[in-house]
Amino acid sequence: MPTDITQLVDVRRGTRGTILSLPEDSELRSQCIRLGICVGASVLCIERLPGGTIILEASRQEIALGRNLAKQIGVAIG
Amino acid sequence: MNDSSSLSPDDITDVIPHTAHRHVDTSAAQFLSKNKTKLVLVGNPNVGKSVFFNHLTGLYVDVSNFPGTTVEVSHGENPKYAVYDTPGIYGVSSFNDEERVARDIILEADIILNVVDAVHLERDLFLTLQLIDMGKKIAVCLNMMDEAEDRGIRINVEELSNRLGVPVLPTTAIRKSGFDKLEAHIPQACPGRSDASLHRHLHELLNCVGSQAEGLMVLEGDKVIAERHGVEPGGDRELIYVERRNRVNRLLDKVVTATERKKTLSALLGRISISPIYGFPFLAIVLYAIYLFVGQFIAQDVVGFTEKTLGDRYFEVFVKDQVSSVTGTTIKVEKIGRTAAGNDTTIAARTYVFPHGTHADPVLADQMKAFRKVGLNSINYKYSSALAIIFFGEFGAFSMTVTYLVFLLLPLVLGFYLSLSILEDSGYLPRLATFVDRSLNGLGLNGRAIIPLILGLGCVTMATITTRLLGSDREKRIATAILQFAIPCSAQLAVIAALLATAGIKATLIYTSIIITIFIAIGTVLDKALPGKSTPLLLDLPPMRLPRARNVLQKTWVKTFAFMKEATPWFFVGALAVSILQVTGILDMWVNLLSPITTGWLKLPAEASTAFVMGLVRRDFGAAGLYAMHLTPMQVVVALTTITLFVPCIASLMVMLKERGTREGFTIWVGSWVMAFGIGGLVAMILL
Ligand SMILES: Nc1nc2c(ncn2[C@@H]2O[C@H](COP(=O)(O)OP(=O)(O)O)[C@@H](O)[C@H]2O)c(=O)[nH]1
Ligand SMILES: [Mg+2]
Repeated sequence: MPTDITQLVDVRRGTRGTILSLPEDSELRSQCIRLGICVGASVLCIERLPGGTIILEASRQEIALGRNLAKQIGVAIG
Repeated sequence: MNDSSSLSPDDITDVIPHTAHRHVDTSAAQFLSKNKTKLVLVGNPNVGKSVFFNHLTGLYVDVSNFPGTTVEVSHGENPKYAVYDTPGIYGVSSFNDEERVARDIILEADIILNVVDAVHLERDLFLTLQLIDMGKKIAVCLNMMDEAEDRGIRINVEELSNRLGVPVLPTTAIRKSGFDKLEAHIPQACPGRSDASLHRHLHELLNCVGSQAEGLMVLEGDKVIAERHGVEPGGDRELIYVERRNRVNRLLDKVVTATERKKTLSALLGRISISPIYGFPFLAIVLYAIYLFVGQFIAQDVVGFTEKTLGDRYFEVFVKDQVSSVTGTTIKVEKIGRTAAGNDTTIAARTYVFPHGTHADPVLADQMKAFRKVGLNSINYKYSSALAIIFFGEFGAFSMTVTYLVFLLLPLVLGFYLSLSILEDSGYLPRLATFVDRSLNGLGLNGRAIIPLILGLGCVTMATITTRLLGSDREKRIATAILQFAIPCSAQLAVIAALLATAGIKATLIYTSIIITIFIAIGTVLDKALPGKSTPLLLDLPPMRLPRARNVLQKTWVKTFAFMKEATPWFFVGALAVSILQVTGILDMWVNLLSPITTGWLKLPAEASTAFVMGLVRRDFGAAGLYAMHLTPMQVVVALTTITLFVPCIASLMVMLKERGTREGFTIWVGSWVMAFGIGGLVAMILL
């Protein structure tokens, strides 16, 4: 199975995906994990604002991620 | 409310490092009660902790809904416990001030009452498991059961309790349902079933650090705690977190059954508010509503009555009459009438001289009384004693300052906090932060900064205090600078709007573009110049809900009270300082010093410098002084640009010095003088 890594910031609204990679920065990474955004978690992009602010649904919560954070997260679409 | 002590996070973090390496107990331990059992409320933001706190202490302190706004630690007592309400956190660590504060209090806790949101167990149980891993005595309250029910979320409470190994009590805090069992629930608190693999590591550490809780913090790489015990922080935080996350997910599989959520109105509104298409009209409507309420109703109708009538006409006249009865005063009474065009005009004026006060000259006093009896008066008191001027004069601490605080600022702050509380309680605030996030990124801020920026339009002093909720020192610095330089407060805005109305549309456009450009420039330049990086937005969005009147009103009152309590002394200090400058003649010297710059560089009449210096006392005084000057439209632009950029009022300077430290505070302050006159002059060169 080919796993193309897409930056979360480029994911379109309504797309489902699986998290493949998290930010380099250890604190940011830990904060993501706490909110359920960990490698392997399945997420749904419920909105993408112009500029790249992403709103995800991950484990039944809605989470907003700024563009700079979304750039540092890799997902596999589908 | 007197026995509640609250500390800002800064106070706590300030104190801890100094004592930490010298004593085993931290200053958190000194701050907390020694006699009673320490019951600490812990939970994610917006789970209802404050409602529990109020119930347990019978003392209302704070209710807030925006993730992370509860930066203060509230403390109250009941016969059995000393109760502490900690800031809402997603986990125990030291990623920001709130977490550091919460961590230190948790470490000192005897019993932890962990409040979790039944609707957000995925999020909240991470913290619960971490607390359990810390080995603390825990009792869990499963709150928001009403909402869970509405959403078809079924939770097997007994199973949850078994798996966690701690007692779990289902509650609906706003209806006090379950609260009858709370008293029996708390003493059952016990250490839960912690992660077995962690246990071994922790045991090894226990010899060096003394407690499982601190051991866990060290394992999870907490530098401060590690240093406290002279050990190396662990490097496995991420592994531990991932494992804990997985435990949460496994646990939930066994405990929760959720029926498919129906498309509710709340969900629909939630979508609209962050939609790229509808989000903007939504925001526009919200802002317009706030403008109508605060900008029109409160700032004009309410304040027009409270300040002009209650404050100036009754309160100040009353106070000054009392003072003038015992001290030498010259009283000038002007009768105010209406011209045919509807403007106020002086129709008669008389001056009464009382060298020893009105009491000493009853005949003259009666004459004055008779003259004042009919119609509207504008009365000017000139005291001969410096002390009377300082305390009761034009800028007196007990005359102008009281009018300003009670009759102008209080209604405005109430109006703003009421709006903010409604936005918070409805769940819109985090969505607003999300919606504007990208626009603020270029200024080195994330979406959260929208809150202080909007509040700044009400009162810069209030907004400066609110910068506390920002994620890093860098962001606080940028936001404070923008606020102090480029955001006109409501007192000023009213006068600016009036002046611009007379100066015309062209002047208005030029002025607005200049201020917006500077607003953007300050953020952009600081973002480039300051070292480090700002924190990106990472927020969980609570569901949209109908705000509850009671909660909104309580919140409004608590925040207003807290602000007034914190800011009031500074307004008095400011008034005293200015009155002293006035009495000693330094104020005049200052005006004279600025005059050449005003006429030569800004190309404005010399009297404008008085207006600028008056801006020190109250920002609106500055602008108001420009009314009388018959400026050309372009001169208005220059004057308003200068006065907007220019020094914020003394109270906001004082608060800034406290929040940001003396060095940074004064840098911004001096910078605003330079900017105001620099840019004002440039604008003058181009326009005049
Ligand atoms: N529906 C519902 N709302 C609640 C309940 N408990 C608290 N709230 C509301 O949730 C919001 C957050 O409560 P608050 O005490 O400020 O949470 P804190 O941030 O944990 O202190 C407020 O608007 C409360 O009125 C509950 O059991 N059910
Ligand atoms: Mg609270």
